[in-house]
Amino acid sequence: MPPSLNPYQKAKIHVTVKRSELQKFFYAAGDLVAFAGRFFGNVLKPPYEWREIFYQCFLVGYKSTFLISLTGFIMGAVLTIQTRPSMAQFGAISMIPGMISVSVVREIGPMITALICCGKIGSRMGAELGSMKVTEQIDAMEVSAINPFRYLVVTRTLATILMVPMLTIYSDIIALFGGYLAMNIHDTTTLRHFFVAAMSHLEFIDVLPAIIKTFFFGGVIGLIGCYKGWNARRGTESVGMAANSAVVASSLAVFVIDMLAAQITDLLV
Amino acid sequence: MTEKVNDTIENEAGAEEPQEPTAASEEKRAAGNESQEPVITIRGLKKAFKDHEVLKGVDLEVRKGENVVVLGKSGSGKSVLIKCMVGLEYPDEGEISVLGQDISTLKYEELNALRVRVGFLFQNAALYDSMTVRENLAFPLRKHKKTMTREKKEAVIMEMLENVGLTDSIDQMPSKLSGGQSKRIGLARTLILRPEIMLYDEPTTGLDTGTAHEISELMIKMKQKYNISSITITHDMACARLTADRIIMLKEGVVVAEGNYEELEKSKDEWIRSFFH
Repeated sequence: MPPSLNPYQKAKIHVTVKRSELQKFFYAAGDLVAFAGRFFGNVLKPPYEWREIFYQCFLVGYKSTFLISLTGFIMGAVLTIQTRPSMAQFGAISMIPGMISVSVVREIGPMITALICCGKIGSRMGAELGSMKVTEQIDAMEVSAINPFRYLVVTRTLATILMVPMLTIYSDIIALFGGYLAMNIHDTTTLRHFFVAAMSHLEFIDVLPAIIKTFFFGGVIGLIGCYKGWNARRGTESVGMAANSAVVASSLAVFVIDMLAAQITDLLV
Repeated sequence: MTEKVNDTIENEAGAEEPQEPTAASEEKRAAGNESQEPVITIRGLKKAFKDHEVLKGVDLEVRKGENVVVLGKSGSGKSVLIKCMVGLEYPDEGEISVLGQDISTLKYEELNALRVRVGFLFQNAALYDSMTVRENLAFPLRKHKKTMTREKKEAVIMEMLENVGLTDSIDQMPSKLSGGQSKRIGLARTLILRPEIMLYDEPTTGLDTGTAHEISELMIKMKQKYNISSITITHDMACARLTADRIIMLKEGVVVAEGNYEELEKSKDEWIRSFFH
């Protein structure tokens, strides 16, 4: 029978475990930074894998359009339906298009799109590269004298960096369209009038930082997805873990970047 | 301590050679006539993973046209040994010379240039599962034979598929292939760049006896056709008997015996005999 531990001993073990977890977190963060450094070291070096980049853009961009359309539409519609009663109380129904456009373009559009991409693209990359690692396909590429980092990681990360902003712009437009349809449930407005009202409230400072941060969202989604897959251990269980942790870590990173972006934008205004 | 079985056992191997299948016997004779020029030389190779010492000073030499089979129990460091030869693992100590080049001194580009001359067949074939068989075979050509015309590439792919008897599978995805077919396609993909050395990591593991025999025969056929030197990691004694010109026995990271199949089969060492009976 194991000896019973006093509260001090239990607390000491607890602290040791927590310290070990904290150390692991910082090691992993450092490793991710090194991985990102390797990406930047490879991204500008020829030869460029154009074919694979276009294919990944197709997978990341085109294959996500249905999901992005659906979530964007619902996002705009729900936002309109839920804010209408409050706006009606102040007699500010005509402000709804402007309010929708500012909140969608500045915050909700980029965030929802990025989180959808974390789930769909980050997990796919984590699982795909994890599976390739487990089945020695990455090693096979390496021994065939093909740089697997450049072929797999650089192409995928570039694709997310390019496609997430495009998906965000597309999602914003669909969300505004959803808002327009939702507004027509109780009120009557034309599409042209709705969009003119929406655009008139948007300023340069609303649009540009929002677009710039989506490039960073795309970067972390691609990098973290690839990093988790690339570092999967041997064994099929690790493929699931890579996919799962890719979603969790990239979602968290998206929130952190969003917070930093909000602070930086606030300082600039 | 390496037991040189050649020195301790009477020279009766020649009398027993008719036991071998015809293709294998011819191959062995051919190997005997080959040049004695070493294509792989390993001296004092040591490799550890954290505290676990996997290779404890391995010496090995593979001559041109020779197939050396490495036998040993799981965890004895066989796969690590061949992974060190292509730079998938880096040794802690020792020298590895492949085709006259010291692996540890090569830059990444130089290592890649060497890797093109060395083929590696993985245990599970490691076919790219997002590509068809054609794309799997075309991939190394696309990367390394950029001046080759599309027609020529197609002809090379077809030749390789004919070699392994799987021309009908050209448009299939790897997930639709059986274990034996995957190994054959893996072999075709590896051979498509015409390597001078082949490293086989357990080529017959997980296959039924018949398919394993076919893979072994295929290895011999490819060796004869393209004059390839090779190292085969295996537990399959039938494969070892059929393909080996020489067998190296690895025990706990050390080469403990060396000789041909017949010589080692007659060894008095219990551990060695356990592989053969």
